[in-house]
Amino acid sequence: MSLLEVKNLTVEFHTEEGVTRAVNNVSFSVDAGETVGLVGESGSGKSVTAYSILGLIPRPPGKITSGEILYKGQDLLKFSERELRGIRGNDISMIFQEPMTSLNPVFKVGYQIAEALMLHKGLNKTDAWNQAIKLMDQVGIPDPKRKAHAYPHEMSGGQKQRVVIAMAIACDPKLLICDEPTTALDVTIQKQVLDLISELQHLYKMGVLFITHDLAVIADIADDVIVMYKSNLVEQGKTKDIFEKAQHPYSKGLLSCRPGLEGNPKRLLTVSDFMDNSGNELKVSQERMKPFTKSYTHEEERNPVILKVDNLKTYFPIKAGFFRSTVGYVKAVDGVSFELRKGKTLGLVGESGCGKTTLGRTILRLEEPTEGTIQYGDISINELDKNDLRGIRSRLQIIFQDPYSSLNPRMTIGQILTEPMEIHGIGSNSKERLEKAEYLMGKVDLLPSHLSRYPHMFSGGQRQRIAIARALALNPEFIICDESVSALDVSVQAQVLNLLLDLQEEFDLTYIFISHDLSVVNFISDYVGVMYQGKIVEYGTADEVYHNPKMDYTKNLLSAIPKGIPKS
Amino acid sequence: MQLIQYILRRLLYLIPVIFGVSFVIFILFNVVAGDPTPLLLGKNATASQVEELRHQLGLDRSLAAQYFDIVKSAFTFDFGRSWATKQLISEVIVNRAYPSLTLTVPAFVISTILSILISLVVAYYRGKGLDTFIRVLCISLMSVSSLVYILFFQWFFAFKLGWFEISGYEEGFPNFLAYTMLPGIIWIILSLGPDIRFFRTVILDEIYQDYVRTARAKGLSEITILLKHVLRNALIPVITYVVIQIPFLILGALLLESFFDIPGLGGTILQAINSSDFPVIKAFAILSSIAYIIFNLITDILYAVVDPRVKLN
Repeated sequence: MSLLEVKNLTVEFHTEEGVTRAVNNVSFSVDAGETVGLVGESGSGKSVTAYSILGLIPRPPGKITSGEILYKGQDLLKFSERELRGIRGNDISMIFQEPMTSLNPVFKVGYQIAEALMLHKGLNKTDAWNQAIKLMDQVGIPDPKRKAHAYPHEMSGGQKQRVVIAMAIACDPKLLICDEPTTALDVTIQKQVLDLISELQHLYKMGVLFITHDLAVIADIADDVIVMYKSNLVEQGKTKDIFEKAQHPYSKGLLSCRPGLEGNPKRLLTVSDFMDNSGNELKVSQERMKPFTKSYTHEEERNPVILKVDNLKTYFPIKAGFFRSTVGYVKAVDGVSFELRKGKTLGLVGESGCGKTTLGRTILRLEEPTEGTIQYGDISINELDKNDLRGIRSRLQIIFQDPYSSLNPRMTIGQILTEPMEIHGIGSNSKERLEKAEYLMGKVDLLPSHLSRYPHMFSGGQRQRIAIARALALNPEFIICDESVSALDVSVQAQVLNLLLDLQEEFDLTYIFISHDLSVVNFISDYVGVMYQGKIVEYGTADEVYHNPKMDYTKNLLSAIPKGIPKS
Repeated sequence: MQLIQYILRRLLYLIPVIFGVSFVIFILFNVVAGDPTPLLLGKNATASQVEELRHQLGLDRSLAAQYFDIVKSAFTFDFGRSWATKQLISEVIVNRAYPSLTLTVPAFVISTILSILISLVVAYYRGKGLDTFIRVLCISLMSVSSLVYILFFQWFFAFKLGWFEISGYEEGFPNFLAYTMLPGIIWIILSLGPDIRFFRTVILDEIYQDYVRTARAKGLSEITILLKHVLRNALIPVITYVVIQIPFLILGALLLESFFDIPGLGGTILQAINSSDFPVIKAFAILSSIAYIIFNLITDILYAVVDPRVKLN
């Protein structure tokens, strides 16, 4: 008997707009001591499947219309709410995606761990607290006795996720469900968290159901893989088999669209290369898959230096004491110098807090530099006053991380695209501007007829493309992409990356591409700067940095990237 | 230590604010309003009478001295005497505040607790029949003019049934209850609608947060989640909403006081305005701005108490 057996599960959401089937007739099982990876893009039904196991989908509007969820042979769907509560956090527990928000901000972390122990194991407050400290020690939080008194905001993302894990394993669960537990974390922290989960799994012989959109992670830890696509389970099998000989075109597409550290084609393959809209398999041409090598020849003549940053520093004052005097500085950017050639891409990588975002914002004077010079062509950006700055804003653009909050929800896409043109006097009348907006929609692979729609009617990937179209509306020469693809599914991410490269080729754009994802940066960049504590610690062509890293910090970073090669 | 430092610093902010408020009051009453003596003495006053009164009121002093009189009164709480009644204003305020507070404080406390409780129940049954019913009820309660409640309740409960006094006031507990209960109930009914609607929204905002999902996955019951995890987080906006109302409690409930003939501060202000009793109006202007700042400070301190993320600096 399997530890968990999901049989023919179908989940529907009944809303005023109609019925959506989120999970359609899905069956799989998880054995004790086994890790099953559940892969799919957002909206594929993978999370709904996982939440259904613990009865955590909101009902209404959610409704489990058929199927069985057998835990040790008992059907959890027949359990009362009270019986289910006895299972949750005790027999089956869960780790969530966002460590930043999945802890209650107003309670001490020690208490939040102890809570489950008091509830399920009947421990008193003191015993539960001591046990919580032991658990924190076990998940590798230094000085747990003191840290137990900390509130979530006083911990780093990685530590918070460790607290969530400690909370999940507090009552020795038999099954652990992990919902994208490392997506929000830096690669080095991701590696630590993945190692911790495997270690605990071996120790307690737990079954693990690991949900992710990142196949590279799955390869590292899963024994079996389930692939979900549009509410259906399209493929399942041993991890090695799926990686070596995937059958379904969607799985093939998913496997190829994530950029690797070498051998990437000129444009990434996407799911649509493998199958058409109705799900029929397509043949991918050899030409399309051919590995591409970046060229640096004749750079001096063809690509003059366009951006020159010299000894740039951005300090934020720390104020303290009765009169709020400045007692020190946070050195977000601390003496950065580099040159960037026109039409080329500089990738900036580093862990959160290394200063890469502040550097990008300072170059555009969205933050004020404390010291140093920023020379763009013949303009000294650091010396411009407010008026002149507005004048060059149209030439230098930035695309932000979050496609959900960076578009005004009350404006149509047409208004979003034409407003910046109006401000910067591009196009002589509204008709001309509208034509340009239609042209841009075509450029980012969206329908011109969608200009009258509002942002909420688009998916995350589409919104990010709208944000790109908005940046392009002003005919910029230089674009900073700040984690612009981090919030997207891998398949959509591949489309957006391809789009950025196409546009670069067509309009001779210069990019600074900021990301914590080293594989993505490797794919898109000509040059790479590795940032650490406000400084660029290593700089070179993408190949140099990735294949012959000089600094230990870079080596560490690179070794933490999941290799995407399954264990045999 | 940090807390004390913070409070001291915030109280220091009071000083420039008092100077500023005093300046506005000074401009309004001592400069723009002009000479009040004809108002007080009538048209037929002799020049010497006017002169004497001006001296009495301190109006013959330099403008700077008049300004500093106002500033000084804000620190000493000595606002002089009322022009109309010749009583000491500080005494009037203390005496009149008592009836106001006996009406507003119990009503405010009860309505706040009641609305939080009802909002929690509504949040627990969100989207179900009870939730819809209470939401409709709230809107219905809010749609009726307060005058309708006052007149109907006064006529029905006090006049017809004789359960309460129709109007008037008597000092001392429990004597005042007979007079303040009915207006208190009306106050509660008037507050419930907007309060419940606001608290419900705040609580529901929290219910859809990720940490609530974590708490459910831990196996906690919905009631524990609501009372412990959600309520503590929801308190943050609730505190602002509630504490900022407190200065207005001291000022009394103008409408209720006048209909029920309760000799509170609301009536005092109205009288002062009607009779151009400048010193009384000035005193209220200064006191309400001080009260406003102090309760703002209390709000900020309470934030830090309920929310560990808030640092007082």
